[in-house]
Amino acid sequence: MERKEIEEKVKNFLVEELEIDEDKIYPEAKLKEDMGIDSLDFVDIVVIVEKNFGFKIKAEEMVGVDTYSKFCDYIESKVK
Amino acid sequence: MKRVVITGMGIWSCIGTDIEEVRESLYKGKSGIGIEEERLQYGYQSALTGIVKKPVLKGLIDRHLRRGLSEEAEYAFMAAKQAFRMAKVDDSYLDANEVGCIFGNDSSAKPVIEAARIMDEKHDTELLGQSFIFQAMNSTVTMNLSTIFRLKGVNFTVSAACASGSHSIGLAYMLIKNGLQDMVLCGGAQETNFYSMASFDALGAFSKNMQEPAKASRPFDRDRDGLVPSGGAAALVLEEYGHAVARGADIIAEVAGYGFSSNGTSVISQPSDEGCVRAMERALADAGMRPDDIDYINAHATSTRQGDMFEAMAIDSLFRGKHAVVSSTKSMTGHECWMAGASELVYSLIMMQNGFVAPNINLENPDEYSAHLNIATVATETAVNTVLSNSFGFGGTNSALVVKKFKK
Repeated sequence: MERKEIEEKVKNFLVEELEIDEDKIYPEAKLKEDMGIDSLDFVDIVVIVEKNFGFKIKAEEMVGVDTYSKFCDYIESKVK
Repeated sequence: MKRVVITGMGIWSCIGTDIEEVRESLYKGKSGIGIEEERLQYGYQSALTGIVKKPVLKGLIDRHLRRGLSEEAEYAFMAAKQAFRMAKVDDSYLDANEVGCIFGNDSSAKPVIEAARIMDEKHDTELLGQSFIFQAMNSTVTMNLSTIFRLKGVNFTVSAACASGSHSIGLAYMLIKNGLQDMVLCGGAQETNFYSMASFDALGAFSKNMQEPAKASRPFDRDRDGLVPSGGAAALVLEEYGHAVARGADIIAEVAGYGFSSNGTSVISQPSDEGCVRAMERALADAGMRPDDIDYINAHATSTRQGDMFEAMAIDSLFRGKHAVVSSTKSMTGHECWMAGASELVYSLIMMQNGFVAPNINLENPDEYSAHLNIATVATETAVNTVLSNSFGFGGTNSALVVKKFKK
């Protein structure tokens, strides 16, 4: 899966399912502080990522993944 | 003891989604019953159900507050919003005061079944998401409303089958009467999705008159063939009288009495006239009233032979003098189950405010028991100063509420 396709899919579920404003989604945007994603959202994100990308997020692999860009990097590393 | 008044009410039901629309339906005797074909495909014996509009909450409340809402909690939110608005209770009031929340609810089937299906397939709880738990518990309504409105008072759900909504109002009344709360948001909520009523349909208790949905629910009528499930939510703001006056709130009515009882019989689904009488007598005694003081009885009558019969016997044995006017609004709404005790109090208050008794539609041929009652078959313009509202449920739980027009 190309990076562009990953970013499109991520952006799509952030907007459609988590109702995050598009203007809050940019590479350096902090998942918690800027995008307002809370700990319960992460429980849903595990389900959404499994549906969209076919793998299950592991909490220990998410350490340090705190921006939109790093989140896409993480998904890219898993689907390559 | 404190006096308890009603300062706000809201309704989301199959006969309307605001007080004015419901008033019109009640006056015109308009049925909210229809057909949901999917029920037959799913395996129901009857496709009849109350057709309840789904509220659109996106844009009304933030997603973080919305995600835990079950179907019935969404209805309850809409009803609560109306009730608070009528009571002139806004965000700043809620932030500065202690308001309680008690609702009747006795199931939340859809999220339970959907979560179980995912588990059957995936066998991994991490793939369930976070919403199911907050939607699946019976307390979904009170946990969500208390969070959305940031309530700080009493907070729990009453599960008492088809008397749940009525008991919730009775308990809110008792807490205020005893000086433990100044204001409580109370009511009842009922899901309408087809997962929720399959096990009730299993009893063969539902009408199968699918050719004429509006005529299917016929409480007290000789030719009835069962009840019609329905749902939605009703909410009331109950308040201590002095507190309501100090805030400048408009008083709709006074809650005068609450009575409860259990049948003490050994058949789980069978009502009892004796049990119904004890609940009604207790409510009247609490209100300091005699049967002749009651102008209108909103009957529980669901359109089942047994239930209607036992209630007719109970009313007939107690109301021997003036014969209060009786009607079952379930003839129009179907059986709103866990919500019914609350919605029917709202319907009764609408009648009180507008000086009429709503008809018991579809009553064409009373049976030998209902023939003794003074049942309104058409909308009847009359002063309704006092109301007795009955609610009875499986397991023999009975609740009766008495409300009266407010006088200083």
